[in-house]
Formats: sequence, structure tokens, C-alpha cells
Amino acid sequence: MSIPTTAGRPEKAIRALDVSDSLWRQSIRQLRKNKLAVAGFAFIAFMFLICFIGPLFSPYADGKINPANMHQPPSAKHWLGTDLLGRDVLTRLLQAGRISLTVGLASMALSMTIGTVLGIVSGYYRGVVDQIIMRVADLLFTIPGLPILFIMGALMSDWKIPTDYRLYLVMLMLSIIGWPGVARLVRSQMLTLREREYMQAADVLGLSDKRKLFRHLLPNVFPLLIVIATLSIGGAILSESALSFFGLGVMPPTPTWGNMIDAANNVIDFEKRPWLWIPPGLAIFLTVIAINIFGDGLRDVLDPKQNTSR
Amino acid sequence: MRTYLLRRCLYMLLILIGASLLIFFLYSLTPGDYVDNNLSLSEERKAELREIHGLNKPILERYVNWMANMFKGDFGYSLAQQRPVLDLFQDYIWNSFLLAVVSTFFTWFFAVVVGVLTAYKQYSLLDTLVMVGIFAAMSIPSFFIGLFLIKVFAVDLKILPPGGMITTGSRAVGWEYVAQVLHHMLLPVAVMVLLGVGSLTRYFRSNMLEVIKQDYVRTARAKGLKERTVLYRHALKNAMLPAITLIGFELPGLFGGSIIIEKIFNWPGIGQLYMQSFTVRDYPLLMGFTMFLAILTVVGTFISDILYHTSDPRVRL
Amino acid sequence: MNSLIEINNLSTYFESGAGTVKAVDDISFRIREGETVCIVGESGCGKSITAMSIMGLVDEPHGKVVGGQIRFGDKDLLKISKEEMRRIRGNDISIIFQEPMSSLNPVITIGRQIMEPLMLHQKLNKKQAYARALELIELVGISRAEQIAASYPHQLSGGMLQRIMIAIAISCGPKLLIADEPTTALDVTIQAQVLETLRQSKEQSNMSIMLITHDLGVVAEMADYVIVMYAGKIVEEGDVEELFERPKHPYTRGLLKSKPIIGQRAEQLYSIPGQVPSPLELTESCYFHDRCESCIPICRIRQPKLSEVAAGHLAACWLYEEEAEA
Repeated sequence: MSIPTTAGRPEKAIRALDVSDSLWRQSIRQLRKNKLAVAGFAFIAFMFLICFIGPLFSPYADGKINPANMHQPPSAKHWLGTDLLGRDVLTRLLQAGRISLTVGLASMALSMTIGTVLGIVSGYYRGVVDQIIMRVADLLFTIPGLPILFIMGALMSDWKIPTDYRLYLVMLMLSIIGWPGVARLVRSQMLTLREREYMQAADVLGLSDKRKLFRHLLPNVFPLLIVIATLSIGGAILSESALSFFGLGVMPPTPTWGNMIDAANNVIDFEKRPWLWIPPGLAIFLTVIAINIFGDGLRDVLDPKQNTSR
Repeated sequence: MRTYLLRRCLYMLLILIGASLLIFFLYSLTPGDYVDNNLSLSEERKAELREIHGLNKPILERYVNWMANMFKGDFGYSLAQQRPVLDLFQDYIWNSFLLAVVSTFFTWFFAVVVGVLTAYKQYSLLDTLVMVGIFAAMSIPSFFIGLFLIKVFAVDLKILPPGGMITTGSRAVGWEYVAQVLHHMLLPVAVMVLLGVGSLTRYFRSNMLEVIKQDYVRTARAKGLKERTVLYRHALKNAMLPAITLIGFELPGLFGGSIIIEKIFNWPGIGQLYMQSFTVRDYPLLMGFTMFLAILTVVGTFISDILYHTSDPRVRL
Repeated sequence: MNSLIEINNLSTYFESGAGTVKAVDDISFRIREGETVCIVGESGCGKSITAMSIMGLVDEPHGKVVGGQIRFGDKDLLKISKEEMRRIRGNDISIIFQEPMSSLNPVITIGRQIMEPLMLHQKLNKKQAYARALELIELVGISRAEQIAASYPHQLSGGMLQRIMIAIAISCGPKLLIADEPTTALDVTIQAQVLETLRQSKEQSNMSIMLITHDLGVVAEMADYVIVMYAGKIVEEGDVEELFERPKHPYTRGLLKSKPIIGQRAEQLYSIPGQVPSPLELTESCYFHDRCESCIPICRIRQPKLSEVAAGHLAACWLYEEEAEA
């Protein structure tokens, strides 16, 4: 039983009035009504700010090794204590956050770019190109992501990749895992969009392929892409942390949240010095949950058709 | 239907051959292998071992041999453990299966019940709490929550064992053995349920929300059926239908073990075996395991496909 | 005849993002035992919401019965507990819907769906319920009952499914059967069969029927008494013959005029100009005034009350009010 049919009409009328308002502004206004999503966004912003600016105000930002000061429990001087080299854990946590967040963002950007381009090419030109791209995507789906990541991580170690470069390779690895999902989604969207009337209208008008792509199709896939992009940052941060925890991702001295938790692999640190590994774990958890909640709010606003939660 | 099945099988085969190529060449890109890394071996012995295992042959020939053996059911020979890979799998796989099957059961159970309840009470406080819980569960780094729970329950409270499947050195048999295993299973199962329950609950909740809007649910209510009957018989049956296809996708998880959880909880499963072999670069085993996962995934997807085509009375004809 | 159900001042409102929609606004009527009452009006005028209000199935939290009384026997259906209401649904009052195709559960067999209320309300065991289900299938004019009972909804046609819906609705011998546009979704030839099934079931059990429709042909064929609704209000009601022969309200006249008459050729079929007003924009006035051919000044500023214009014939229109000039 639904609201009587006439009830729909005034709403439509109101919506029609809003056409002058841009879709984006309207979406933002709608998003602001979702308190949970706003809180998520605020936390993400806070995390970025504190990680990128915070260390500038820390007296321990140089990361100097101070053996006299090792393994201090949390105190007024060192809020989260110090590690086995006498470095301030809080400062290190923020510096690690920079790397982890950057890895998340960069690998997201990379897999979105690869996935979108391949998805569009696949869905638009179809034929042999489509076949090749989609079979490769199928192939990457066949082997679960974690073992592939582990293999690639081990390859890096065996090739003796300098630790400085590992960071970038980890981003690349994550996007190798990430792009097939994006490509499939974009492709299926392209295929449905192609069939829509306005695309046929564009055909009738004789618009060129490129124009059709960029003026008509892309704007339609864009909202969906933003949602996937947001959610995939969270996934990338999680994968990176697991990889680095097992010593197959980014390695010390470059700190990431994942390799900081590596301290837990040492029995004494694990049992007696929880300040070394619990804060980075919480940082990952809170950041990812904020991203997921915000991403879900975005989905509600930008992609009402796929609305899965509310 | 028959041609569809045939085409589907052929495609499965092709994808698996592609996967085998990917796996084989990914591993053979790596410089050094078990023989190289083993410092205790003399140069002559190394050469001898290479000869025995065909490691000095051209790469393509090695691939063809590997593939040919796999078709015969031979997944290779573990150099580190000096046993056929499949034998090793048989030792470890059932431990993995035990963990996976129990946690899968509880995951589905919780997801269905909570999904139904929240869909019925949409927008209630319970619903909001569950939604936040779902996001939390989906955002937990698996290795961290494992470590955290071990720290709390095993190290601090000392009420649960920190890992393993039985108490070290224990020779318990019969019921005592079962009790020990159950005791050791508690934490890893809890973590696995926690990790899986979020997305599945969300899935059931949205399926249910879709279903309870349907006309036939209104009819069921109009018949005066109890709300419980309406939800669990009329609505859930329809909401479960698309979920049946998920069963196939559980296959790799059921037999492939959970690399991270088994490693953290020191559970003697196939994922733990994989991590062990990693440190010594036991390539035949690693390749065999990855290929095994690929086969499970492909077969699982196939099963899901078949289930999708047979489960709904509307498409059964 | 005794009245079976009395609806007094029933109001059901819906909250939409843009405001409150008075889907049913202060309506009163009654249905006598064994009587067929038809409720007519354009779509969106509150007919179905009235039915759902009686069934206690208004969609919460968006919609809510905000006031009034529904007297059924010695009870007020709006006051009794949910559990008590549930026991009345499908047992004393039952309903069939517009869309037979989607109103039956696609994954449960037909037989099972007929058996459910029998086992629940009549406390029949499985075997008895199955036997009764087969009887009911035959009663609504479908042969091969056993085969039908074992089949799933998608295997039957719309007309058959609607008759199955009737079988379910009459299974427990209800006192009132609400039929919400039961024939609208069906082919014309099937419509007659379904109406015939309805009429036969009624004759066998002396139940009352509340038939919701916008098809005046159906009204003429089935009704004893007719209620005309417009924008959530009753604008006219009376015995079917009286109302068809001497319609008073301009809206009813319009409806009757727009009905094609067989054997009479018209240049163009009449249609009432304009649309039902948006329920959000209603102001104190006769809601029909801007579509009315006989609109007078007072129609724009005050709402007419439903009052007797002839014996047993009520209309809400200023044209028949003495005080119209006052």
C-alpha cells in the first residue's frame, strides 16, 4: 500500500522547480541531512588534517633515535609512549597516517583511472577489445586478491626492491587488484546507458563518438564512480595494512599503520606494550569506518537506484 | 540448457588455463627458489636436486610439465616438506574446513535473523545501531581484531587459549579432544563471523526491505497471518532466493582456508601452511595452493550460476 | 437489515516530504448484512486507503488512521489490540486486491496459500485444510483442483489467480469481503467471469461486499448501494437505481456522462475537465469547484456538507443547500 497516486505529483512539481539548482548543490544539501555521513566526513577530514599538519607541531618529528628513552609507556611527555628506538609513538602514528592515507588515495586514483578507461573502452567499442579486457578482468577475479598481493609482495622482496620504492609498488599492486571491479561496473553502466533514448537521440543528431562519450555518457557514470572511489579508499587502506603487517608491503623505516602493528609480532611488545600496536589498529579501524559510512551516505544521494541500505 | 552448460564448462577450462599461466609465470619471475635459498646444501647437492625436480629445464617445458601433471591430479611436490602437495593439503584442509564451516554457519544465521529484524523495524533505534555495527564489522582490519582479542581474552583475562587447535603437548582423545578443539575454535570463529557478518547482514536487510514492499506480503498480512509467519515464511523465502547464489561463492572460503586468521591464531589449516611455505619460498606448494584457490573460485562461480538458474520456481521451467 | 459495519468520521493521513496528505478525510458510511456497497471515484480519491484503514493495514509510519470509529459487531476496530485485529483479518473481514499477478507469493504453492488461513483461523489440520482448499478451488470455478493446488502462481493466468484470491478471501466464511478494483487488471472477457464468481460466493454465504471500482459498468451490475468519493471525501451516496437515475452532484453526473452507453453513438466521449486537485493544495472550498460546470461563488470559499437531497439519497453540494445564499 502506498501513498495515493496524486501525492506524488506535488513532489514532482517541487523537484521541477529545483532544476535551476545544480545537481551537485542539491546532492550536497541532501547529504548534509544524513548526520551519520556528515560525522564520517568530519572524521575523515580531521584524520587528514591531523596526519598532514600534526607532525609539524610535534617536538619529536625528526624521528631521532634515542636509546635512553626506549619503551616508555604513555605519559604527559609522550602521549602514546615511545617505541624500541625511543621515538614518540604518537608522532610516528601521524607520520604513518600520511603514508597510509596517501597509499589509499593514490591506489584508489590509479585503479579508478585504469578501471574507468578500460570499462569505457570495453563498453563503448565492444567486440574484440571488450572480450580481451573482460577476460583479463575475469582472470584477476579467479584468484582471490590476498594471495595475489602476497605473491607480488614476495616478488618485491626477492628482487630486493629498495624500501623507498616499495611504497609506490604497493600502490600499483593494490590498483592491479582494484581495477577489474571498477571496469566491470563502468562497462555495465555504459551498456545500459547506450540503450537509453537520449543516446539514440544523440545518434540521430550525428554527434561524434568522442562527443557522445564525454558530453553524455561520462556525466551519467560519474556519480556512481565517486561512490565506488570513496569506498575503495577504505578497502585499499585495509589491504595495505594487512600486507605491511606481514612484512610484504611497505617496510620500515617508512612507517605505515600496518607495519607499526608489526610490533605485535614480538611477544613482549604484544603482551606488555599495547601502546605500540593498538593505536595504529584503532586508527585504521576508525578511518575505514568513517570512509564506509560517508561512502554509503554518498551512495544514497548520488545513486538512489542502487540504494542498498535505506 | 545443455549447450549453455557446455559453453560454461569450456569457458571455465579456458579461464583456469589463463590462471595457471598467470600463476606459473608470476612465481617463475622470482629470482631464487627453495634450493637456492637453502644454505645448508652443497653446490653438487643443489645441482642434483635441480635435476630431480626439473628446475634446470627451460621455463616453457616446466610449465607444460606442471600443467600436464595437474591434469593427472598431481599438484607438485613440496621441496620443504618432502611430500606431494596434495598429501599436505589433505592433512591441513579439514582443519580449515572445520573453522570455515562453523563460522559460515553462524555468519549466515546472524545475518538472516538480524537482517530480517532490522528490515521489519526500519528506521528504529535497533536498525540504526545495527547499521553502525555493520559498518564497523566491514571496517575492521582482520589481523588487528585477531591480535586484539587474543590480547584481551588470552593474555589479560587468560580465559581462552592464544592459538593453536589443541593445547600444546596435549594427548587428549575422545570427548576431551573435542572440548579442547572447541575451546581453541572460539576466538577464531568469533573473528571470522565478525568479519563476514557485516556485508551479509546488509545484503539480507536490503533484500528484505525490497520484499516486504511486495503485494504478496500485503496479502499475507490481509490473511491475518502472524507477523512472524509473514516475515519468516512469506518474506524471507523470497529474500533468501537470490542469496542461494551466494553459496557457490562461499566455496573458496570453505576449503581455501583463511590466510590471515589461521596465521594469527596459529591454526593448523591450509592458509597457515601457505604462510609457512611463503617464508621458505616453497614454490611448488605455493603454486599448487594458488591454483587450488583458482579452481575453487571458478567451480564456486559455476555452482552459483547453476543455482541461480534452478532455485527460482519462476525460471525453473 | 442490520448494519454489519459502521464507519464514523474516519480520517487517514499520510506524511509525505512536502506535507500532510489527507487521503481519507472525515468520512462516514455503513454496510448492511448481505449488501453490496460500491465505492466509486477516480484513482487517488481515497478508496483504497479506506479499505486499508478498515483492514488495519495502513502503511506505517508514513500513513496513520488519525481519527474516527469503525464499528464492527460490538467492537471498534480502531480500538482493539493488534492481535485481536489480526484474528479478524482473513476470518471475519477479508480482501482481494487489484493485481492478482503480484498478490500471491511466487515461491509458495497455490494450495498452501489457500490452506494457511484455514489452518490458522478455522483450526483445521493439514489434511482437512487441503480437502477444503480443493473444494474452494472448485467453488470459484476452476477444474483440476489438485493440479492447481500443486502449482505456483506464475503458472496460472491473471483471471485464475484472481479467482484463487477470491477462494482465499472466502475460505473462512467472512462477513465482509472487500474487493479493491478486482477486475481492473484483467481482460474484459475475464472480468465478467470474476464478477460472476464474486456474486455466486456472495449468494452462497450471505456476506456483504464492499466493492471498490472506478468502472460504472461494474457498479451497475453489482451494487445495491453506491458511495461516490472525491479527494478523500464522500460527495454523494444512495441506492444504485436512485443514484443512476437522479444523480445530484455535478461530479457524479460527470462520471455517468463519461460512461459509454452501448447502442448510442456519441460524437465524442464526455470527460470531466481538469484533474483531481493535489491533496496538498486543498483549501476550504468545495474540492470540485474548479472542475464544476455549475460552480457558484460559495463553492470557492466554503465546503458543502453531506446532507439528504431526497429520501435515502445524500449529496454534498451547495446547489441543494437552502442556506447557500446565507
